[in-house]
Amino acid sequence: MKVLVAVKRVVDYNVKVRPTADGSGVDLNNVKMSINPFCEIAVEEAVRLKEKDPATEIVAVSIGPQQAQEQIRTSLALGADRGILIKSDTDLEPLAIAKCLKAICDQESPDLILMGKQSIDGDNNQTGQMLGALTGYPQGTFASELIVEGGKAKVTREVDGGLQTVGLSLPAIVTTDLRLNEPRYASLPNIMKAKKKPLDTTSPEELGIDTTPRVTTLKVEPPPERAAGIKVADVDDLLYKLKNEAKVIS
Amino acid sequence: MSILVIAEHDNSSLKPATLNTITAAQSIGGDIDLLIAGADCGGAANEATKVSGIGRVLVADNPAYGHRLAENIAPLIAEVGASYSHILAPATTTGKNIIPRVAALLDVQAISDISSVESADTFKRPIYAGNIIATVQSSDSIKVLTVRTTAFDAVSAEGGTASIEALTSIHNSGNSSFIGEELAVSERPELTAARVVISGGRGMASSDNFQLLEKLADKLGGAVGASRAAVDAGFVPNDMQVGQTGKIVAPDLYIAVGISGAIQHLAGMKDSKVIVAINKDEEAPIFQMADYGLVADLFDVVPELNTKL
Ligand SMILES: Cc1cc2nc3c(=O)[nH]c(=O)nc-3n(C[C@H](O)[C@H](O)[C@H](O)COP(=O)(O)OP(=O)(O)OC[C@H]3O[C@@H](n4cnc5c(N)ncnc54)[C@H](O)[C@@H]3O)c2cc1C
Ligand SMILES: Nc1ncnc2c1ncn2[C@@H]1O[C@H](COP(=O)(O)O)[C@@H](O)[C@H]1O
Repeated sequence: MKVLVAVKRVVDYNVKVRPTADGSGVDLNNVKMSINPFCEIAVEEAVRLKEKDPATEIVAVSIGPQQAQEQIRTSLALGADRGILIKSDTDLEPLAIAKCLKAICDQESPDLILMGKQSIDGDNNQTGQMLGALTGYPQGTFASELIVEGGKAKVTREVDGGLQTVGLSLPAIVTTDLRLNEPRYASLPNIMKAKKKPLDTTSPEELGIDTTPRVTTLKVEPPPERAAGIKVADVDDLLYKLKNEAKVIS
Repeated sequence: MSILVIAEHDNSSLKPATLNTITAAQSIGGDIDLLIAGADCGGAANEATKVSGIGRVLVADNPAYGHRLAENIAPLIAEVGASYSHILAPATTTGKNIIPRVAALLDVQAISDISSVESADTFKRPIYAGNIIATVQSSDSIKVLTVRTTAFDAVSAEGGTASIEALTSIHNSGNSSFIGEELAVSERPELTAARVVISGGRGMASSDNFQLLEKLADKLGGAVGASRAAVDAGFVPNDMQVGQTGKIVAPDLYIAVGISGAIQHLAGMKDSKVIVAINKDEEAPIFQMADYGLVADLFDVVPELNTKL
């Protein structure tokens, strides 16, 4: 089985970002960058599939600047076999990313494509579903369990009302939710080994993808500030204030 | 402007998220049609005709649409939606699952989770866990949007006189199937629409202890939510997670119990009107967000609240 994993380079989840002074963009100067946590879960899931079926090959793909190589190397250290960087110095929209991934699917013919449900920078939650439309493959989004068996994938999905299980024929796209697995840490020897694994570079132009943006960001701003609150002394004080000051309970 | 709103429903009735999405459509302005795709969904369709602000209710009633599989519904919406200027759905897990697939079929860049309508092509949306609000403008001929329901009031479920139009087009991709579901049953109001939400975090220490919060919720007519840590620890199911990657809530009163206040959690509740935090660590970041902070052991004060309410 061949598994394609899409990994994105994003601002680390611990960083609280701010707009630039002129409000034209997000200030990413000297900010720590990491692999998107949901993509890390996707890599881990691929590695677990390979542990069950050693014939599996895992290809990690990222679209981003040259530095996105770091996130591909992280994926290789976690157990992916080779990497593909689609180099782009501008941030691409989910539709353009999905088109790039479609081109890689055409080249690689994977049986399974594992992706995150959401990038924690743009909070789009779109790319996997879009790739589904472009390839015609079925999708199991927000997965908390994945079983691949007999040419099919059984995916348990975290939905608003609880859990839903769907059956997908392969090739299929699965996007990860938080409960799918707990990613391992890369060991030092594996980090060393990852440096020698193959990593090819291409570009949207080479793949023939039109990446012209459809959506323009006119402005970014911080969210409205909340007025500073107070500490209450005890339960009686709290109840008094909720009744008489905030008037949210009677 | 002609707007197609995708209804959220369970075949027998309409979900409240639909009503908030219609308000978003109204702030764009234009004729609004509602699409109901389901199986044996006459109940939901009838309710929909009474909703105010709707012109037509388009009903695609077929077993292929019964479980809202994206592979079948997305091509339907893309086909019907191609003649509209806007396609809107609530940013629920159903909407998020289907809408990007529709957008890509139409070769459109969707815009997720809009929190305000600035004009027919310009919208605001939170990014980076709500730490940034971006104003974005779409140049696509059809605007395909999911709507943050807490940012828009609900239209009235009564008073409308929409006509029903049956759609006969059937899309059955045949590459996905519904196997089963485990849906939470609760007497309490739905988390995303509740007026009061009481959420517990890792500090709750066990599944059993959540009964303390359920009791409080029942006294206040509220719903119970949780942090990711409480869900990951198995105290409560995933559908209770509030946050950047869980549910977004904005009740009149939000009580965070034993929750530290990570940015990913704040992203899901900081638009609540009044926030109360109960935490034994006075340095917990949640206190910076709280209107009323109570530094105390939750196992002392939550039972006391239950007695005194
Ligand atoms: C990709 C990603 C997505 C995420 N998405 C979400 C999300 O959607 N929602 C979310 O909530 N989190 C999310 N998180 C996790 C988030 O970063 C935090 O880890 C999580 O919110 C912490 O949960 P908590 O506050 O319950 O636990 P902790 O941070 O461990 O805090 C527990 C708190 O309980 C207090 N406490 C303990 N015992 C008591 C007691 N007896 N009485 C009173 N107080 C007590 C402690 O002082 C502490 O402040 C996400 C993280 C990542 C990486
Ligand atoms: N630039 C990118 N490079 C590789 N994968 C990406 C990229 N952008 C998005 N993805 C994939 O799509 C998922 C969802 O992203 P998004 O639709 O942006 O929320 C991510 O978790 C990745 O798996």
